[in-house]
Amino acid sequence: MAHVHDEKKMVKTIWIVFFILLIVTAVEVILGIIHPEPLMVEVMGTRLLNHIFIVLTLLKAYYIVAYFMHVKYERKNLIWTLTLPTLILIPYLTFIVLTEGSYMYKIGF
Amino acid sequence: MATQTITSEQNKNVWGGGNEPFGASYGKLMMWFFLLSDALTFSGFLTAYGLIRFRFSDVWPVPESVFTHFPGLEGDHPLLYVALMTFILIMSSVTMVLAVNAGHHMKKDKVTLWLLLTIVGGFIFLGSQAWEWYHFIKGEHGSVKVENHVYYIADENGHRVSLAQLVHGIEHAHHGDHHEKFTDSQVISAFLANKDMRLKDPGKVGKTYSRSESESLIKKSSVVQGANLKENEYGHTLFANFFFFITGFHGFHVFSGVVINIVIFANVLLGTYERRGHYEMVEKVGLYWHFVDLVWVFVFTFFYLV
Repeated sequence: MAHVHDEKKMVKTIWIVFFILLIVTAVEVILGIIHPEPLMVEVMGTRLLNHIFIVLTLLKAYYIVAYFMHVKYERKNLIWTLTLPTLILIPYLTFIVLTEGSYMYKIGF
Repeated sequence: MATQTITSEQNKNVWGGGNEPFGASYGKLMMWFFLLSDALTFSGFLTAYGLIRFRFSDVWPVPESVFTHFPGLEGDHPLLYVALMTFILIMSSVTMVLAVNAGHHMKKDKVTLWLLLTIVGGFIFLGSQAWEWYHFIKGEHGSVKVENHVYYIADENGHRVSLAQLVHGIEHAHHGDHHEKFTDSQVISAFLANKDMRLKDPGKVGKTYSRSESESLIKKSSVVQGANLKENEYGHTLFANFFFFITGFHGFHVFSGVVINIVIFANVLLGTYERRGHYEMVEKVGLYWHFVDLVWVFVFTFFYLV
């Protein structure tokens, strides 16, 4: 099995990941409270700030899945089995549904 | 270990069973496939929220003006409370992964401690969510509605005014009983008597109506205080519906996670996994628990932040 790394080293990694998650969340909250004016410009249908939020969220998701859920240490075939369907289906669904939503707004459906 | 002997026999016995092509046990693999389908379920909910939000983008309530309470603090503190909830859940994810790690090294005492802390974290999160629901349901400012369209009360500059301030005067701050129930006629007569008052749309655009438009609207209006599935003072009905459904479905996951954690905890105490020779069950439940944290990260962004 893949659990050959020693315990102390793993505990250290866990706490590093925790602090990354903490800092990213803190940054999100601070940005969400102060709403910096330069980030309020419209880029691709929504404010730049929202794009930043999404990137930071995906970053947090990566750290949770890779380290806490141990995916980084799994075999390649398992990694791809889990990530490919999510990476294809969820952005696809999001894209069609949000496009449809703005169209419904436009025509007042 | 068993895996080693299997690998050496793999060439002559590939199709004979007993292999682990993914390097993960059956139970772990099935947990992963369940989580995959659950991830798609949650993305279905969140994209449905996105659809409706984009559809009503001009009047959709601004989340940071809805969730502003913090226990023990007066006034508006947007995002602070959800940030705390996020912190609690990330923290309990850390204790869980520490329990899994201790399990790999067969340290029963450490598994017991970390798992116990995870359960405590889960209960704190559930309690926080109950508190947030309570305040969401009870409401704060109060609004009026005309045929399913919710309007906020505002002064001539477009600053929001609560029903209590409208009826008892602007200087009536948030002290005392701001959960007083108001009748339609109380609000309508107070509104008509105060020439500074206007009606305003919810949302980022938040159009403020002229005094004459406001007057003709208010006469047909009824009071909305708090939130339920049929109406809510924050704006569009679907806003509260999605809030209850998505955070409720997530909260139900947390609740199930806590229950499963308790079962596993009892087994750890009884020494079941010690006798079995491995703590893989803690690992499988750990996957579920991290997934709950993962979903919250997305709910936090798309419900509270964006």
